[in-house]
Amino acid sequence: MSSSSVPLDPDTVRRIARLARIRLAEKDVAQLQGELGAILGWIEQLNEVDVSGVDPLANIGAAAMTMREDVVTDGNQTDAVLANAPARSGPFFTVPKVVE
Amino acid sequence: MTLEFTLASARAALRRRTISARELTQAHLDAVAALEPHIHAFITVTPDMALAQADAADAALARGKAGPLAGLPVAIKDVFCTKGVKTTAASRILEPFVPPYESTVTANMLRDGAVFLGKLNLDEFAMGSATTNSAFGATINPWQRADSNTPLVPGGSSGGSAAAVASGMALAATGTDTGGSIRQPASYCGIVGIKPTYGRCSRYGVVAFASSLDQPGPFARTVEDAAILLGSMAGHDPKDSTSANRAVPDFAAATQRGVKGLKIGVPREYRVDGMPPEIEALWRQGLDWLRAEGAEIVDVSLPHTKYGLATYYIVAPAEASSNLARYDGVRYGLRVPANDLKDLYEETRAAGFGAEVRRRILIGTYVLSAGYYDAFYLKAQKVRALILKDFTDAFGQVDALLTPTTPSAAFAIGENEDDPVKMYLNDIFTVPASIAGIPGMSVPAGLDAQGLPLGLQVLGRHFDEETIFAVGAALERAAGFTARPRIRMGEGA
Amino acid sequence: MTYIIEGRTGPWELVIGLEVHAQVVSNAKLFSGASAMYGGEPNAQVSFVDAGFPGMLPVINRECVAQAVRTGLGLKAQINLVSRFDRKNYFYADLPQGYQISQFAHPIVGTGVIDIELESGEIRQIGVTRLHLEQDAGKSMHDQHPAQSFIDLNRAGVALMEIVSEPDMRSPEEAGAYLRKLRTILRYLGTCDGNMEEGSMRADVNVSVRKTGEPFRTRCEIKNVNSVRFVMQAIEAEARRQVEIWEAGETVDQETRLYDPARGETRPMRSKEDAHDYRYFPDPDLLPLVIEQAWVDELASALPELPDAKKARFISQYGIPAYDSGVLVMEQATADFYETLAKGRDGKAASNWMLGDFFAGLNRLGKSIETSPISASALGGLLDLIADATINGKIAKEVLEAMMETGASALSIVEERGLKQVTDTGAIDAAVDAVLAANPDKLAEYKAGKDKLFGFFVGQVMKAMAGKGNPALVNEAIRRKL
Repeated sequence: MSSSSVPLDPDTVRRIARLARIRLAEKDVAQLQGELGAILGWIEQLNEVDVSGVDPLANIGAAAMTMREDVVTDGNQTDAVLANAPARSGPFFTVPKVVE
Repeated sequence: MTLEFTLASARAALRRRTISARELTQAHLDAVAALEPHIHAFITVTPDMALAQADAADAALARGKAGPLAGLPVAIKDVFCTKGVKTTAASRILEPFVPPYESTVTANMLRDGAVFLGKLNLDEFAMGSATTNSAFGATINPWQRADSNTPLVPGGSSGGSAAAVASGMALAATGTDTGGSIRQPASYCGIVGIKPTYGRCSRYGVVAFASSLDQPGPFARTVEDAAILLGSMAGHDPKDSTSANRAVPDFAAATQRGVKGLKIGVPREYRVDGMPPEIEALWRQGLDWLRAEGAEIVDVSLPHTKYGLATYYIVAPAEASSNLARYDGVRYGLRVPANDLKDLYEETRAAGFGAEVRRRILIGTYVLSAGYYDAFYLKAQKVRALILKDFTDAFGQVDALLTPTTPSAAFAIGENEDDPVKMYLNDIFTVPASIAGIPGMSVPAGLDAQGLPLGLQVLGRHFDEETIFAVGAALERAAGFTARPRIRMGEGA
Repeated sequence: MTYIIEGRTGPWELVIGLEVHAQVVSNAKLFSGASAMYGGEPNAQVSFVDAGFPGMLPVINRECVAQAVRTGLGLKAQINLVSRFDRKNYFYADLPQGYQISQFAHPIVGTGVIDIELESGEIRQIGVTRLHLEQDAGKSMHDQHPAQSFIDLNRAGVALMEIVSEPDMRSPEEAGAYLRKLRTILRYLGTCDGNMEEGSMRADVNVSVRKTGEPFRTRCEIKNVNSVRFVMQAIEAEARRQVEIWEAGETVDQETRLYDPARGETRPMRSKEDAHDYRYFPDPDLLPLVIEQAWVDELASALPELPDAKKARFISQYGIPAYDSGVLVMEQATADFYETLAKGRDGKAASNWMLGDFFAGLNRLGKSIETSPISASALGGLLDLIADATINGKIAKEVLEAMMETGASALSIVEERGLKQVTDTGAIDAAVDAVLAANPDKLAEYKAGKDKLFGFFVGQVMKAMAGKGNPALVNEAIRRKL
């Protein structure tokens, strides 16, 4: 079965990649245009479905969540929190300086 | 030697002390050493930890205080965070990550005395159906075609789990199923796999792919074993808001129930054009087996079946695009050094994510982005409600559904992956159950003409895994599936 | 009286809305069990959930929900029994999950109102659009190192209430009054400590200008202003900036800006370059938040008396003027102190002493009501001594000062220093006679018609009596003898 493709322009691909914070090499943009366009075209078949009067599925199972008590049960584990840090300075995570 | 055991029989042998936990674990570690070069099911093997756990189990067995999984060597899909043991989700972006916490599911298994052999390979971030998307190399299916030794895929995303169990490297294993990632590899590897009801097992500590679809579940060589393992894995977890507040039933007992008086539904929309005759035949055979055991076969309709895949490929990538935003190089995992924060994010994520993960993140970002939310995500959630209603209506007439698990046996690594027909058909049988959150099991039912395993899928009502275990066990008894994969630990080996 | 900026082309009106982020008072965070307290060691109050580790999941804290409901009740707002949490997706170093859990489509509290009183005495109603719960982010520090920013996640995941006003305010004064009133209400309810310097209450200010009667023009948002004074200054600076742009025939760009108090102007924020595509969608790790009306009613019944009601009651119950009442109710602690003081005593006298000499004393000592060296009942003891004429008002001031220095009781100071008022008419007469005898020239002048010398005689008699003469009796005695 074939599916129609959604024409995705290169700027849209680049914008989406920026939103997702994934660097795209220029050579990847064209390929992704094709791949993503094909997938999007395929999922557009949902347009056929009549969903008037249908509520979106909120959740499987329980209708509402249970709440926890206001007790401190966590924290005090600075070393564990920082143990996997790619870069740290004492008790802080560090990143390249941000200018606001 | 290891393939002779099941969880049930090994447990009995341990309690009778005809074998010690250490001996049993050592035998499995030997199997891993022997078979891994051919199968590559593991990302991390943990022999020291396993032997220590085995010794502890032996002590507990001697005291008469052994839990239900005491001394049983199992392995864990590398999406479950295991404290102090590297957990990668088969991704470069988590390659250095050692969790300082244990997932609830694996904690439950440790509570029950299990021995962990190691962490199993998967498609990166559970995205894929062949385990060829792992950053650390593909897993090879221990099954081969009768006339060749072309490497075949074990299925995915839990391909390492299925291969390890099928070959005898582990007695059982954990997996996760988002759109079929337990059931499909189980079918391809000739073993049992069950995706429980959404909310039955806790997702706490499981690397998230699609939060409203992910569900941990067991792989094993028998239905009874799957019931035993699920009994340990499952249970309400207050640390997971979506965890069901329900008691865990006696799944193992349910395997003895039989199917007399049950109504088994056959969804007509699952009979698709181009379905191989072998699959059709096996399906009919499965229905005959159940009829012979006293079940009534009923035709049912699930009208929105064909929209399941499109729905899945909107919802899952959307949730994934948000769940994977935390992999940013700041607090753990891979970091590619950069001069500013934006570059750090972009370079780290470009280097850390594979092509399939990137594709799905971009699709997900797109369908949630301004102007598209209503057309895609909101619409998909409405279609999802319709798919669930199809099942709810059907379960008003029947107690379980029987379908094939996959439209074919395992394919060769590299082959068929971009054949749209096969890809479409492949997921059509497993995805709808994920979308509706209902439980589903794959049971090995027969072999195709090339000697490769084919599975049948049993679907049931929310939180009615017991009926599924009853039906699955009946199929297992009738099928008498005793075939073994070519790459395995054999008798005496 | 409308606040207007006069431009070359005519008068401009201001349109102001405030989005206040108020940190919820609770022990633990909104979705994790780590402590929500201010000021811990860096990254010591961080759960793996807060740090966004793989597989971590949110579980909501009941008390945070209760605090939001209480606040909604205090704003006379609609409480939504069913609400949902959504993910607001964006990347920043202090946002570990890469999204903030917030409420977008279905907030827990709907429309409400805050009454503000202006200096003119006018009361205006400012509408509240909604209140929702959301996670606070961590803290980035950019001044600890030349090339690095330091990240502390202690604050990440602390519960915030975002309280959004209608764009009903028309002047910096109104905005200031709104903020002060909101702060008072939150502190009364105990749902937020309103400490803007520490950052537990922050305001984003939306400002636009227009000619009267026009529809709204483009607005700019000034983010994270952390004092009432700066909010008022920022509004004025921003409004003037916008008026100049419009008057020059150009268009104001919709922007997010920061207020620079040193320069007295706003400037654009650099990090908000990407148009805000937050890709909101319901958080699939959470179920709908459903609360029972019975629980809301229970919370409502336990609410303290709120400032407006207390102010009205003080006026009618204690017979004090509106202005005094307004000052007394601004802080709950002050109002409670007053009530203890005024109980069984003259309400006006109590108010005058509190707002006058007592507050002055606190200021002098650098103390607050909470750290007052004397209790309300101790102060009441002083008022009792005045009421039963044991001491006079002037002596009482001296006694109060001594009480606040030493913490001793009024009575013990009066006795120790022998400050009891003299009411013995014999002694008074004697003192008056002595003063009149000592000042014959003044006496002659008085008799000749210089009436204001009466005060001189009073002063002299009081001096001779070391201030302890009962003023009424002294006056009467002098009058008699003149």
